[in-house]
Amino acid sequence: MSQSLSEVLVHARGLTKRFDAMTAVDAVDFDVATGEAFGFLGPNGAGKTSTMKMIACSSPITEGELTVIGMDPRTQAAEIKAHLGVVPQTDNLDAELTVRENLEMYARYFDIPDEVARRRADDLLEFVQLSERAKDQVDPLSGGMKRRLTIARALINEPDLIILDEPTTGLDPQARHLLWERLYRLKQRGATLIITTHYMDEAEQLCDRLVVMDKAKIVAEGSPRELIERYSTREVLELRFPDEVKSGLDGRLEGLAERVEELPDRVLLYTADGERALEAIHAREIRIDSALVRRATLEDVFLRLTGRSLVE
Amino acid sequence: MTIATRVLQRNLLVYRRTWRGSLFSSFMTPLLYLTAMGIGLGSLMESRGTTLLGGYDYLHFLGPGILAASVMQSAVFESTFPVMGKIMWRRNYEAMLATPLEVRHLLIGELLWIGFRCLTIALVFLGILTLFGIPRGPLAVLAVPAAILTGLAFSAAVIAFSATQRNDAGFSWMFRFIINPLFLFSGTFFPVTRLPDPVEWLAAATPLYHGVALVRGTILNDAPSLAAWPLHLGYLVVFFGVGAVVAHRLLRRRLVT
Repeated sequence: MSQSLSEVLVHARGLTKRFDAMTAVDAVDFDVATGEAFGFLGPNGAGKTSTMKMIACSSPITEGELTVIGMDPRTQAAEIKAHLGVVPQTDNLDAELTVRENLEMYARYFDIPDEVARRRADDLLEFVQLSERAKDQVDPLSGGMKRRLTIARALINEPDLIILDEPTTGLDPQARHLLWERLYRLKQRGATLIITTHYMDEAEQLCDRLVVMDKAKIVAEGSPRELIERYSTREVLELRFPDEVKSGLDGRLEGLAERVEELPDRVLLYTADGERALEAIHAREIRIDSALVRRATLEDVFLRLTGRSLVE
Repeated sequence: MTIATRVLQRNLLVYRRTWRGSLFSSFMTPLLYLTAMGIGLGSLMESRGTTLLGGYDYLHFLGPGILAASVMQSAVFESTFPVMGKIMWRRNYEAMLATPLEVRHLLIGELLWIGFRCLTIALVFLGILTLFGIPRGPLAVLAVPAAILTGLAFSAAVIAFSATQRNDAGFSWMFRFIINPLFLFSGTFFPVTRLPDPVEWLAAATPLYHGVALVRGTILNDAPSLAAWPLHLGYLVVFFGVGAVVAHRLLRRRLVT
């Protein structure tokens, strides 16, 4: 907690959200500093979106303390919202308006004068590469274009804080990379971003710092690098064995890695040096079908912290 | 308050492109009723005397009733599918609530918009009635605010209903069992005194009955219709006020979770 109060844009202590008997967010603590890209990672139903909605002042806080841009969402929601840009999980563009009208009308909700709104709409359409489609209706746009327009719309009030809830879910790789590149540019310009995602590559690309949520609680916090160091090893050796070898493996991999994880189709060896572990396997004359040495990723951390069982 | 007008502006922006299409539904059907029943059926009735209609030709009796009922129907329609669409299909309200707008602004904005729709329909209709020579005197102008109030009284209550619906099945139920009977039995086509007493009381409890009384009274400058005008006006104002408070509460419950 080295940040001074003026640098802290979002401050949460014991933040809790309950729906009847169900606790969606259970007493979480976190701080987001100005200029930071802060991520919420977690499986579906972990409480990410509920947390985001409380920050965005669209969902009342059940319990705990939350300040956003130095203000209290319970009493100053409209003032806070005037300084936020929100990109929701599912697009909610105005399908009855054109691309440009979506931006200009949204500006009016913020009471932005029309001539300012027009200028900003021009700049933003340029920024998200939609200038050519300005006069088109929204419906025929591709998923990636709609996302970009939603991001442009979230920037119309020049927000101090941009909240993105799963910004690239459902997009093809090209569209995702274009979006990341735009978000990265926003970051470079000094914008503060809060992002939820369940894509680990997205979190590694964009987030300076992140928390991992599971079952309504925060289970880890740090930069992507720190989390990998703390919860994983530098490298992972992925091995596939012929069936008859796999069934007789008991204990034969012992001592080769810091941690061994046996999955139905393969075995993961978490180690600082994957190549050396592989040499040791060969030395022990264990027959393998294939071997892959890779760097540990946030995904390894994520799966370790939140488990491999399917959340639906 | 001024920020609520942004919602009105948004709807006007859309209306600028769609108003031609709405002409047919807003005016054609009621005009068909007016001519078919007012002139066709009316000529049949006049042969038997018009004392029951207060001495007016059937066309003259019917015209103001159709005006009030048409305004009601448009106000009700605007409060159903479009509102539900903005709640759950297109989720416009979710987008608006991410800005400084709050639920009360959305409601006020929609009511302003529906008030505007009622205004245009009432004005055009009054013009048509004038072509038929129906209005008697300048008091007829007051039929416009009376019709708007009637529309808004329905609108607030129907928005409250829409805020509770998870799909549009409830709307067809509502049109079939509430709106259409009201259209027929609230004094639009015949005086409710012709109905059995319990039905007459039921009719008198609906906002359309009071709206029709005010609109008919002002357009025809008809003293008997206007005798109880403070009651009619008061009823509509209270119905609207209660409806708006309930609509706000139910919209909040639906939109802010």
